[in-house]
Amino acid sequence: MTLKELELTAAKGRLLGLEMVYRAASGHIGGSLSAMDILTELYFEVMKVDPAQPGDPGRDRFVMSKGHCTPGLYPVLALRGYFPVEELELFRSIKGHMSGHPDMVHVKGVDMSTGSLGQGLACAGGMALAGKLDGRDYRVYALMGDGEIEEGEIWEAAMAAAKYKLDNLCGIVDVNGLQIDGATADVMPSEPLDAKFAAFGWHVIKADGHNFESLRAAFAEAETVKGRPSVIIARTVKGKGVSFMENEAGWHGKAPNAEQYEAAHAELAAAVEKLEVE
Amino acid sequence: MEKIATRGAYGEELVKLAEEYPELVVLDADLAGATMTKGFAKAYPGRFFDMGIAEADMMGFAAGLAACGKKPFANSFAMFTAGRAWEQVRNSIAYPHLNVKCVGSHGGLSVGEDGATHQCVEDLALMSAIPGMLVLNPCDGPEMRKAVRALLEYDGPAYMRLGRMAVESVTDEVAGYEFALGKAAMLRDGTDVTLAATGLMVQRAMAAAEILAAKGVSARVLDVHTIKPLDTEAILAAAKDTGCIVTSEEHSVMGGLGSAVAAFLSETCPVPVVRHGVNDEFGRSGKALEVLEAYGLTAEVMAEKALKAMELKKG
Repeated sequence: MTLKELELTAAKGRLLGLEMVYRAASGHIGGSLSAMDILTELYFEVMKVDPAQPGDPGRDRFVMSKGHCTPGLYPVLALRGYFPVEELELFRSIKGHMSGHPDMVHVKGVDMSTGSLGQGLACAGGMALAGKLDGRDYRVYALMGDGEIEEGEIWEAAMAAAKYKLDNLCGIVDVNGLQIDGATADVMPSEPLDAKFAAFGWHVIKADGHNFESLRAAFAEAETVKGRPSVIIARTVKGKGVSFMENEAGWHGKAPNAEQYEAAHAELAAAVEKLEVE
Repeated sequence: MEKIATRGAYGEELVKLAEEYPELVVLDADLAGATMTKGFAKAYPGRFFDMGIAEADMMGFAAGLAACGKKPFANSFAMFTAGRAWEQVRNSIAYPHLNVKCVGSHGGLSVGEDGATHQCVEDLALMSAIPGMLVLNPCDGPEMRKAVRALLEYDGPAYMRLGRMAVESVTDEVAGYEFALGKAAMLRDGTDVTLAATGLMVQRAMAAAEILAAKGVSARVLDVHTIKPLDTEAILAAAKDTGCIVTSEEHSVMGGLGSAVAAFLSETCPVPVVRHGVNDEFGRSGKALEVLEAYGLTAEVMAEKALKAMELKKG
């Protein structure tokens, strides 16, 4: 894909994510918007996957450790072709199986059920370890939040991944700087993330989480690293793409009202239109 | 008669079955010498993973391994497998119905000297509360060996408790004994009362049946190695045939075998159910047998409970 095509795909994903949250009148829009470009880069460029064969044992795998960001993940899976876009209409609805957090049993393309924060990196580590045992060359990606990594299990998994030299594991931290109660720096300072991961034996790469060239280079670098896992510290903006949601902790897990939805929809639709013209 | 801790039989069986089940992998949390996975670690170092003192992470890794087709057995003490890592077991393993066997050694009071922090009398309750979880508590070495194979054949999340203390084998002395997941084994038939026991209380139930026989009471003994799903057929038959039941477990009387039996029978065939177990208390340090005695987990107390159940039956 060209950079423009990636940007357009992500813009469509943002719009779908907003529609999902508005329709469901609940869901996590802020972190979904911050993660959208990372997810798009992964599913449309980096990962070797075939939506027609979601259970292929040789496929690359993705674990949404910050599991609440289904309005980011599900649109990308739909756009990639795992299931029809119309299925997103039953997001968080009792009438369907588009659960609020990723469900590997019912949602095609989801490689691991997540949602309880801090658990995804260990699961991804187990997948990477299985790949090593079986001599397969697939890679495993795990997307974490910078609030989420306050959970101790992340650091347990970080130690273990280094111990087992899981160079087929690539973590990404979506550093949007905000969590439910406010700025991560105030709630529980997690920085310096680069120094922390490096101290745990990981190869650290820094990237702009909203720049596809930067993301592409980061994932390419991660693939070249041998003997240890890599982590991409991706700087992002929570609520990216909707002016009044950007950098506002309040939009972590809140659905917009009708007026806010119209305004947000107009901004995101305009972005899609602009990219389509280009 | 063989006398071996169920953890010992477990460790031996893992090694024996490793070739037959190439997808079997074993994880431990710095307790391989105690959970008895050390034999497997030595024989199959490439399939053994010591995850350090990080049980939550161990369960996550096990989930990931299972999602890629492995058959992981994740080991720690019952306290940490079922307690510390409860939420990882629930959300990363059981919710997606992944094929991980969560094994908790040193269950119950018979841990002995280490005391209350390590004497888990809540593991069966914690694990039974999780939807779709298979919960096992084999009573002796021979039964444990059969359980390990059955778990390897079973595709889904499971918890199994192992004991620290050496226990005499009873199941191999019983003619017609067969092991099947979810099926209680009748080790002795009787007509006046049923002793439904699990884990090391099964041996005590056999001794209690002897005590009762000397008083002219005919007791049935059920070895309920599978706590969940409960063998409702065997429990219902016992209720109908003997009219009263004593449940016995090295576990809290809340949330384990006693609760399951009482709940089931209250809805199907309300007969007196007297629960024998730990009465909402923490354990304490002491030699294993002394601790069991201090908490009344003996054949003698079980026999008294049986007489009480029979009194209740008279109304």
